[in-house]
Amino acid sequence: MNSKKNNVPHGLFKRCPKCDYSIYSKELQLSLWVCPKCDYHFRLPARRRIKMLIDEGTFKEYDSDISTSDPLGFKDIKTYPEKVSEYVKKSGLNEAAVSGTAKIGGYDVSLCVLDFYFMGGSMGSAVGEKVCRAGERALRKKIPFIAVSASGGARMQEGILSLMQMAKTSAVIAKLDKEKIPYFSVMCDPTTGGVSASFAMLGDVNIAESRALIAFAGPRVIKQTIKQDLPPDFQSAEFVRDHGMIDIVVDREDLRGELIRLLRLFSGKPANK
Amino acid sequence: MPDLKRAFPHFEEPIVKIQDKIDRLLDSDPGSPIVTKLQKERDKLVKKIFSSLTPWQKVQLARHPMRPYAMDYIESVFDDFVELRGDRNFADDRAIMGGPASLDGTTVMVIGTQKGRTAEESVERNFGMPHPEGYRKALRLMKIAEKFSFPVVTLIDTPGAYPGIGAEERGQAEAIAKNLRDMMEMKIPVIVTITGEGGSGGALGLGVGDKILMLENSVYFVCTPEACSAILWRDASKATVAAGTMRLTAADLLELDVIDDVVPEPPGGAHWNRQDMYDTYKKRLKHHLGALKRTSSENLFIKRYEKFRKMGVFENTKK
Ligand SMILES: [Zn+2]
Repeated sequence: MNSKKNNVPHGLFKRCPKCDYSIYSKELQLSLWVCPKCDYHFRLPARRRIKMLIDEGTFKEYDSDISTSDPLGFKDIKTYPEKVSEYVKKSGLNEAAVSGTAKIGGYDVSLCVLDFYFMGGSMGSAVGEKVCRAGERALRKKIPFIAVSASGGARMQEGILSLMQMAKTSAVIAKLDKEKIPYFSVMCDPTTGGVSASFAMLGDVNIAESRALIAFAGPRVIKQTIKQDLPPDFQSAEFVRDHGMIDIVVDREDLRGELIRLLRLFSGKPANK
Repeated sequence: MPDLKRAFPHFEEPIVKIQDKIDRLLDSDPGSPIVTKLQKERDKLVKKIFSSLTPWQKVQLARHPMRPYAMDYIESVFDDFVELRGDRNFADDRAIMGGPASLDGTTVMVIGTQKGRTAEESVERNFGMPHPEGYRKALRLMKIAEKFSFPVVTLIDTPGAYPGIGAEERGQAEAIAKNLRDMMEMKIPVIVTITGEGGSGGALGLGVGDKILMLENSVYFVCTPEACSAILWRDASKATVAAGTMRLTAADLLELDVIDDVVPEPPGGAHWNRQDMYDTYKKRLKHHLGALKRTSSENLFIKRYEKFRKMGVFENTKK
């Protein structure tokens, strides 16, 4: 599914981007794509993330037929459709989100997972629509909603329409809120901009993976604005937790267990396997 | 009269030149027949220049240093404004201001981003770029409005939410996100107006409502044309090109179904005839508020939800 050009961990060896350690792909797979030497959490493509989170064989994908349009006729160095089709080819995905229903620890959930490898996980109309439909599915089926984010923010090539996806996805969260459907937001590296400033920050419980970058404005923009160096660990998941915006920071191997515990506590009953 | 000579956009130069002449003549020889002639010439020129503005020129107009700001609208369109300050948590953000005011006898909660006119004021207002406290203060005021059934009017003119250390530490993303969700659930009518620059998430943080209005020469964008050109063209000088591609003018947004109404500005833009701008805006605002008055709070939610839920364009081809 993934071509060699892709940055997805792939091939016989993989080099850790943080400590430069060479790791056997097999070993990396066993460690859930966490560097055994420095604990760096590799960014995961959406399908791999889903596989890691759910009970095997329970994923039922929805809305895979939703794909990108070019509402503005946008062209920078390339046309927007050209750019998108490159990512479609590379990733085997239609867009930067994969959604559906699944069981986690026996609990039914509606799931939407963003894929950072697809145009930086940016949220345009198609991603926004998939997040909304997954949320609305949770509403209809009265099952918890889990959104897993990894995104640089809004899809600039869709202009104002991508900005409006922030309001659109938050509208669905407002409905979940009104109907008292649990919503767990999982933020992975990185979750910034239009995604962090909308549905991702609105979980009943906000969870983040260890050391993920979580921000409104990225460190580069801030550095440019204030012309100062940033404090160490600034905008890391731990930093954001310590400033009160995130409930739980977990290592990747503990994420599924943490979700199962929450699903059990919020449903108040044993799983229905 | 504001000093029009300060930092006007290049395309306004010929108009300002004639206006200078008129002003000088009016001073020395008010009865001069040349004045009428010059005024006619000026009006023709205004019409010519302003009938064919490029998107980039609209960005410049939206940022015009003489453009009316929230405080100007509050003073001229409403009566008895009482400013309420602070988020009851950390601070009072001067980039956002708000409080109850009377709109011809109806109490409304009016909240706006505020830029500064002088250098000193700009610093005090942080150039109209709010911190999380600003969004939290706005939400606090909206909850008061909800409690006492006052409609909410927001006035937006901001380059964006402030990207700084304190803003991040105190949860800029959370503050904006929470406003998006809670404004969706407001049980009272909310009317949003972009009066100048609608800068990204920082604007949207006050931008969820039942009716979204834009003044004719205002702009609304996902990121500034400067940032867009730096990121996508990898060339900061392509801002004019980016502005042309992004579709950020009021007319564009009406066509894209993102906004409901474009409020016409006087010839030459809001700053050339402020009173005219205030009068037009007041009329439009009262019209929209009147139309929403009879909608029940449950119906407000349903319609507001549908309005935002359908935004966006995508393909849906069953395989
Ligand atoms: Zn490593």
